[in-house]
Amino acid sequence: MAIGSKRLVVGAHYGLRSWLAQRVTAAVMIVYAIVLLGLWVAARVHDYDAWAGIFAPLPMKIATLLAFAALGYHAWVGVRDIWMDYVKPVGVRLALHLATILALGAFAAWAVQILWRV
Amino acid sequence: MTTSPTPAATPRREIRNISIGDLSAYRLPPPGVVSILHRVSGVLMFLLLPFVLWLLDLSLTSEDSFERLRAAAQTPLVRIVASVLAWGFLHHLAAGVRFLLLDLHVGVDKPAARRSAVIVLATGIVLGIAAALWIFGVL
Repeated sequence: MAIGSKRLVVGAHYGLRSWLAQRVTAAVMIVYAIVLLGLWVAARVHDYDAWAGIFAPLPMKIATLLAFAALGYHAWVGVRDIWMDYVKPVGVRLALHLATILALGAFAAWAVQILWRV
Repeated sequence: MTTSPTPAATPRREIRNISIGDLSAYRLPPPGVVSILHRVSGVLMFLLLPFVLWLLDLSLTSEDSFERLRAAAQTPLVRIVASVLAWGFLHHLAAGVRFLLLDLHVGVDKPAARRSAVIVLATGIVLGIAAALWIFGVL
Protein backbone atom coordinates (compact mmCIF):
# COMPACT_ATOMS: atom_id res chain seq x y z
CA MET A 1 0.00 0.00 0.00
CA ALA A 2 2.12 2.80 -1.28
CA ILE A 3 1.34 6.16 -2.81
CA GLY A 4 3.75 6.48 -5.72
CA SER A 5 7.06 4.68 -5.38
CA LYS A 6 8.10 5.69 -1.85
CA ARG A 7 5.16 7.07 0.11
CA LEU A 8 3.39 4.70 2.45
CA VAL A 9 -0.34 4.94 3.15
CA VAL A 10 0.40 4.82 6.88
CA GLY A 11 3.58 6.90 6.65
CA ALA A 12 4.24 10.42 7.88
CA HIS A 13 2.72 13.35 6.06
CA TYR A 14 6.02 14.00 4.34
CA GLY A 15 6.31 17.61 5.22
CA LEU A 16 6.41 20.29 7.84
CA ARG A 17 2.79 20.10 8.83
CA SER A 18 2.97 17.48 11.60
CA TRP A 19 6.21 18.91 12.93
CA LEU A 20 4.71 22.39 13.11
CA ALA A 21 1.38 21.15 14.48
CA GLN A 22 3.23 19.40 17.29
CA ARG A 23 4.83 22.69 18.33
CA VAL A 24 1.79 24.92 17.87
CA THR A 25 -0.47 22.58 19.85
CA ALA A 26 2.18 22.40 22.59
CA ALA A 27 2.21 26.20 22.80
CA VAL A 28 -1.61 26.28 23.02
CA MET A 29 -1.55 23.78 25.89
CA ILE A 30 1.16 25.70 27.76
CA VAL A 31 -0.87 28.94 27.54
CA TYR A 32 -4.04 27.11 28.66
CA ALA A 33 -2.20 25.44 31.57
CA ILE A 34 -0.92 28.83 32.77
CA VAL A 35 -4.43 30.36 32.52
CA LEU A 36 -5.99 27.41 34.40
CA LEU A 37 -3.30 27.50 37.08
CA GLY A 38 -3.87 31.25 37.49
CA LEU A 39 -7.65 30.84 37.80
CA TRP A 40 -7.19 27.93 40.23
CA VAL A 41 -4.89 29.97 42.47
CA ALA A 42 -7.10 33.07 42.24
CA ALA A 43 -10.28 31.13 43.13
CA ARG A 44 -8.59 29.48 46.15
CA VAL A 45 -10.35 26.24 45.20
CA HIS A 46 -11.27 24.02 48.10
CA ASP A 47 -14.88 23.19 47.37
CA TYR A 48 -17.08 22.19 44.45
CA ASP A 49 -18.59 25.62 43.81
CA ALA A 50 -15.24 27.36 43.41
CA TRP A 51 -13.93 24.63 41.10
CA ALA A 52 -17.09 24.37 38.97
CA GLY A 53 -17.22 28.18 38.88
CA ILE A 54 -13.99 28.22 36.86
CA PHE A 55 -15.58 26.16 34.07
CA ALA A 56 -19.06 27.72 34.20
CA PRO A 57 -18.47 30.70 31.84
CA LEU A 58 -18.77 29.88 28.15
CA PRO A 59 -15.35 31.38 27.22
CA MET A 60 -13.65 28.98 29.65
CA LYS A 61 -15.62 26.03 28.26
CA ILE A 62 -14.51 26.98 24.75
CA ALA A 63 -10.90 27.56 25.82
CA THR A 64 -10.86 24.18 27.58
CA LEU A 65 -12.31 22.44 24.54
CA LEU A 66 -9.75 24.11 22.26
CA ALA A 67 -6.95 23.06 24.60
CA PHE A 68 -8.34 19.51 24.52
CA ALA A 69 -8.45 19.62 20.71
CA ALA A 70 -4.80 20.71 20.76
CA LEU A 71 -4.07 17.82 23.12
CA GLY A 72 -5.82 15.41 20.78
CA TYR A 73 -3.88 16.55 17.73
CA HIS A 74 -0.62 16.56 19.73
CA ALA A 75 -1.28 13.04 21.04
CA TRP A 76 -2.22 11.85 17.56
CA VAL A 77 1.09 13.03 16.06
CA GLY A 78 3.07 11.62 18.98
CA VAL A 79 1.36 8.24 19.14
CA ARG A 80 1.44 7.93 15.35
CA ASP A 81 5.21 8.53 15.46
CA ILE A 82 5.52 5.64 17.90
CA TRP A 83 3.49 3.27 15.70
CA MET A 84 5.62 4.32 12.73
CA ASP A 85 8.83 3.65 14.67
CA TYR A 86 7.98 0.24 16.09
CA VAL A 87 5.21 -1.32 13.98
CA LYS A 88 6.22 -2.20 10.44
CA PRO A 89 3.38 -4.30 8.93
CA VAL A 90 1.12 -1.84 7.08
CA GLY A 91 -2.15 -3.54 8.00
CA VAL A 92 -1.39 -3.68 11.72
CA ARG A 93 -0.21 -0.09 11.67
CA LEU A 94 -3.36 1.07 9.90
CA ALA A 95 -5.48 -0.71 12.51
CA LEU A 96 -3.51 0.93 15.34
CA HIS A 97 -3.84 4.36 13.68
CA LEU A 98 -7.59 3.86 13.43
CA ALA A 99 -7.81 2.69 17.06
CA THR A 100 -5.84 5.76 18.18
CA ILE A 101 -8.11 8.14 16.26
CA LEU A 102 -11.27 6.45 17.54
CA ALA A 103 -10.00 6.57 21.13
CA LEU A 104 -9.14 10.27 20.85
CA GLY A 105 -12.55 10.96 19.27
CA ALA A 106 -14.28 9.16 22.13
CA PHE A 107 -12.24 11.09 24.72
CA ALA A 108 -13.14 14.38 23.00
CA ALA A 109 -16.86 13.52 23.12
CA TRP A 110 -16.52 12.67 26.81
CA ALA A 111 -14.73 15.98 27.42
CA VAL A 112 -17.58 17.89 25.72
CA GLN A 113 -20.13 16.16 27.94
CA ILE A 114 -18.15 16.89 31.11
CA LEU A 115 -17.71 20.55 30.23
CA TRP A 116 -21.23 21.31 29.06
CA ARG A 117 -22.83 19.75 32.13
CA VAL A 118 -21.24 22.32 34.42
CA MET B 1 38.17 2.85 -18.82
CA THR B 2 39.41 2.13 -15.34
CA THR B 3 37.19 1.41 -12.39
CA SER B 4 37.50 3.82 -9.51
CA PRO B 5 39.98 2.64 -6.91
CA THR B 6 38.19 1.08 -3.97
CA PRO B 7 40.25 0.75 -0.81
CA ALA B 8 39.09 -2.75 -0.03
CA ALA B 9 41.91 -3.09 2.49
CA THR B 10 40.17 -0.92 5.07
CA PRO B 11 36.86 -2.50 6.00
CA ARG B 12 34.40 0.11 7.12
CA ARG B 13 32.74 -0.31 10.44
CA GLU B 14 29.16 -1.33 9.95
CA ILE B 15 26.72 0.87 11.84
CA ARG B 16 23.52 -0.85 12.82
CA ASN B 17 20.69 -0.35 15.25
CA ILE B 18 21.57 -1.90 18.58
CA SER B 19 19.48 -4.87 19.65
CA ILE B 20 17.28 -5.01 22.73
CA GLY B 21 19.91 -7.02 24.62
CA ASP B 22 22.46 -4.24 24.22
CA LEU B 23 20.24 -1.65 25.90
CA SER B 24 21.50 -2.28 29.43
CA ALA B 25 25.12 -1.85 28.35
CA TYR B 26 24.47 1.20 26.16
CA ARG B 27 25.58 4.43 27.80
CA LEU B 28 22.85 6.80 26.71
CA PRO B 29 23.90 10.46 27.16
CA PRO B 30 21.58 12.77 29.18
CA PRO B 31 19.92 14.28 26.05
CA GLY B 32 19.10 10.72 24.97
CA VAL B 33 17.58 9.94 28.37
CA VAL B 34 15.47 13.12 28.16
CA SER B 35 14.34 12.11 24.68
CA ILE B 36 13.25 8.56 25.50
CA LEU B 37 11.56 9.71 28.72
CA HIS B 38 9.73 12.35 26.67
CA ARG B 39 8.29 9.48 24.66
CA VAL B 40 7.61 7.31 27.71
CA SER B 41 5.87 10.15 29.55
CA GLY B 42 3.84 10.98 26.44
CA VAL B 43 2.61 7.40 26.10
CA LEU B 44 1.86 7.33 29.80
CA MET B 45 -0.30 10.44 29.57
CA PHE B 46 -2.07 9.13 26.47
CA LEU B 47 -2.86 5.82 28.19
CA LEU B 48 -4.01 7.60 31.36
CA LEU B 49 -6.22 10.08 29.51
CA PRO B 50 -9.37 8.10 30.47
CA PHE B 51 -8.23 8.24 34.12
CA VAL B 52 -7.76 12.02 33.90
CA LEU B 53 -11.16 12.47 32.24
CA TRP B 54 -12.69 10.31 34.96
CA LEU B 55 -11.15 12.60 37.61
CA LEU B 56 -12.37 15.70 35.73
CA ASP B 57 -15.83 14.16 35.38
CA LEU B 58 -16.05 13.43 39.12
CA SER B 59 -14.72 16.87 40.00
CA LEU B 60 -17.22 18.79 37.86
CA THR B 61 -20.44 16.78 37.68
CA SER B 62 -21.92 17.58 41.08
CA GLU B 63 -21.17 18.38 44.68
CA ASP B 64 -21.80 14.73 45.41
CA SER B 65 -19.35 13.44 42.79
CA PHE B 66 -16.81 16.04 43.98
CA GLU B 67 -16.98 14.46 47.44
CA ARG B 68 -16.60 11.00 45.89
CA LEU B 69 -13.47 12.28 44.15
CA ARG B 70 -12.20 13.54 47.50
CA ALA B 71 -12.67 10.03 48.88
CA ALA B 72 -11.09 8.38 45.83
CA ALA B 73 -8.11 10.75 46.15
CA GLN B 74 -7.38 9.23 49.57
CA THR B 75 -6.78 5.74 48.16
CA PRO B 76 -3.14 4.71 47.64
CA LEU B 77 -3.73 3.52 44.06
CA VAL B 78 -5.17 6.84 42.88
CA ARG B 79 -2.40 8.70 44.70
CA ILE B 80 0.35 6.59 43.13
CA VAL B 81 -1.10 6.85 39.63
CA ALA B 82 -1.62 10.61 40.05
CA SER B 83 1.98 11.01 41.29
CA VAL B 84 3.43 9.13 38.32
CA LEU B 85 1.21 11.17 36.06
CA ALA B 86 2.44 14.39 37.68
CA TRP B 87 6.05 13.40 36.99
CA GLY B 88 5.11 12.46 33.41
CA PHE B 89 3.45 15.82 32.84
CA LEU B 90 6.32 17.81 34.38
CA HIS B 91 9.03 15.90 32.52
CA HIS B 92 7.11 16.09 29.24
CA LEU B 93 6.58 19.84 29.71
CA ALA B 94 10.20 20.59 30.65
CA ALA B 95 11.58 18.43 27.85
CA GLY B 96 9.11 19.98 25.40
CA VAL B 97 10.21 23.50 26.31
CA ARG B 98 13.83 22.36 25.80
CA PHE B 99 12.96 21.01 22.35
CA LEU B 100 11.23 24.27 21.44
CA LEU B 101 14.33 26.21 22.50
CA LEU B 102 16.55 23.85 20.46
CA ASP B 103 14.25 24.53 17.48
CA LEU B 104 14.98 28.22 17.99
CA HIS B 105 18.71 27.37 17.97
CA VAL B 106 19.06 28.11 21.68
CA GLY B 107 21.60 25.88 23.45
CA VAL B 108 22.37 23.68 20.46
CA ASP B 109 26.09 23.15 21.13
CA LYS B 110 27.05 19.96 22.94
CA PRO B 111 27.91 21.25 26.45
CA ALA B 112 24.81 23.48 26.56
CA ALA B 113 22.53 20.69 25.27
CA ARG B 114 23.95 18.31 27.87
CA ARG B 115 23.49 20.88 30.64
CA SER B 116 19.88 21.62 29.64
CA ALA B 117 19.15 17.88 29.48
CA VAL B 118 20.36 17.45 33.07
CA ILE B 119 18.26 20.46 34.12
CA VAL B 120 15.18 18.91 32.47
CA LEU B 121 15.75 15.56 34.20
CA ALA B 122 16.27 17.25 37.57
CA THR B 123 13.20 19.47 37.09
CA GLY B 124 11.02 16.45 36.42
CA ILE B 125 12.36 14.53 39.40
CA VAL B 126 12.36 17.39 41.93
CA LEU B 127 8.98 18.87 40.96
CA GLY B 128 7.60 15.35 40.53
CA ILE B 129 8.59 14.47 44.09
CA ALA B 130 7.10 17.76 45.32
CA ALA B 131 3.86 16.96 43.48
CA ALA B 132 3.82 13.45 44.95
CA LEU B 133 4.30 14.84 48.47
CA TRP B 134 1.40 17.23 47.87
CA ILE B 135 -0.78 14.42 46.48
CA PHE B 136 0.01 12.23 49.51
CA GLY B 137 -0.89 15.10 51.82
CA VAL B 138 2.62 15.47 53.27
CA LEU B 139 3.19 18.94 51.89
